[in-house]
Amino acid sequence: MDITLSDLRSLLTPLVGIVLFLMVVKWAYGEKSRKGYEEAANLPFTDDEDEEKPGSDARPR
Amino acid sequence: MSETQTTYNYKVVRQFAVMTVIWGIVGMLVGVIIAAQLVWPELLSANVPEFLAPILSYGRLRPLHTNAVIFAFGGCALFATSYYCVQQTCHARLLSDGLAAFTFWGWQIVILLAALSLPLGITTGKEYAELEWPIDILITVVWVVYAVVFFGTIAKRKVSHIYVANWFFGAMIIAVALLHLGNSAEIPVFSESLLFPRSFSVYAGVQDAMVQWWYGHNAVGFFLTAGFLGMMYYFVPKQAGRPVYSYRLSVVHFWALIFTYMWAGPHHLHYTALPDWTQSLGMIFSLILLAPSWGGMINGIMTLSGAWHKLRDDPVLKFLVTSLSFYGMSTFEGPMMSIKSVNALSHYTDWTVGHVHSGALGWVAMVSVGSLYYLLPRVFGRQEMYSTKLIAVHFWIATIGIVLYVASMWIAGVYQGLIWRSVNADGTLAYSFVEGVKFSYPFWTIRVAGGALFLVGMLIMAYNMFRTIGAGESRDAPILAPAPAAKHA
Repeated sequence: MDITLSDLRSLLTPLVGIVLFLMVVKWAYGEKSRKGYEEAANLPFTDDEDEEKPGSDARPR
Repeated sequence: MSETQTTYNYKVVRQFAVMTVIWGIVGMLVGVIIAAQLVWPELLSANVPEFLAPILSYGRLRPLHTNAVIFAFGGCALFATSYYCVQQTCHARLLSDGLAAFTFWGWQIVILLAALSLPLGITTGKEYAELEWPIDILITVVWVVYAVVFFGTIAKRKVSHIYVANWFFGAMIIAVALLHLGNSAEIPVFSESLLFPRSFSVYAGVQDAMVQWWYGHNAVGFFLTAGFLGMMYYFVPKQAGRPVYSYRLSVVHFWALIFTYMWAGPHHLHYTALPDWTQSLGMIFSLILLAPSWGGMINGIMTLSGAWHKLRDDPVLKFLVTSLSFYGMSTFEGPMMSIKSVNALSHYTDWTVGHVHSGALGWVAMVSVGSLYYLLPRVFGRQEMYSTKLIAVHFWIATIGIVLYVASMWIAGVYQGLIWRSVNADGTLAYSFVEGVKFSYPFWTIRVAGGALFLVGMLIMAYNMFRTIGAGESRDAPILAPAPAAKHA
């Protein structure tokens, strides 16, 4: 199968998208964001009504 | 401080939550009626006065059904849950009570105008964007005010982070504004009276089709997915009593999902006048969509890890987890159907209808219902819903209803696709159209039964809701101290 200009047009956006995606992954999984994410993940549990407070567990936060 | 400064605004949440159930019943009832019309075509035309016959015809009622369930039921559910979630996770009252009330009444007027204009045949003819230009303008005003209230509340938050659910709600609000303005660009014509507005799209030909399905698919992606993922990220952790499985995954999920959805629209236009490379691009992005969709689904379901036992006797959690299962199924089926060779079989058949309803009933409705069962007692001042047993009954009736609906549409759809493209050796069609209708007939009947079951479930919910409201006293919860970090152990 010959690659035509049409195929390249179709592929351009996904390729740019993959590069952006890898940058997001690198940012999200970087060490710097760990503590902030832990705080953010517990935001729904800061109200008094909660009978059950989530403890610290071995999750891949 | 005055009372309004120390409590959350639950009034607008209560209003939207109650109307979610009411509009859900109305929209699904119209759905059952049009499904019945396919089985008994003379149902609403034979014995009604002559002027009512066109109003009650399938062609008029079908857009009424889609608009009612998407924008009235789904829309009210999004308003209710986003207003609840943003206050709880920002530790702040909504920016303005007046503006919040405006979004409620404005949105109800939009719904009533839709319910009046669509049966009268006033339509732009664009699927899911049928409403004519005066209503489009009102939608724009209400939506901008919604954005002001939502983002204004985030701006005055007392905590440092913006919780991920609010990211999804926020993306939904921004994207829907963009889609609505882009696709509704139209020139009004004043050929008839002002009571019968008409307009023409500013786009022509294939550009019009592409803009329409850029809108149409992103209505699915943002209105019906991102917003409801916002629900998932707040209400699943709350009901399970555990924080989301992986916050990092949720961040990747968010950016990957909103970037990818924007490009998937062309799969609605396979084998049309749309340029081939655009069709392929749409197909590639639809296939990529599987990854962020399943990432989000896994993140939601795994939130229950270590708490699976709660699923046994908590029907609210059953609703939420089942909704995620249907979300996973639909977002596997969708990319598969976007593959051109599969689409050649599935397009224009009942398979598409089955796919849509596995998403709409299984994912959107079930996650909304689960979230509402969590939210209703809390905003109406009760410990729990009037009857937990009735929630369980609702869950099973709804689940059986969806399975009947989706399975019957799969069978009818695949058969339709197969016989429509069967040709004889000389190239003539092997089957006439009516042979497909004859085959589909029993499955359309099963579809009516499935839809009716789902509607019965909503009626049970309404009963449960009004008994809950009657037994409690409505109160606004106090705003929390602005020091969340000190609270978790």
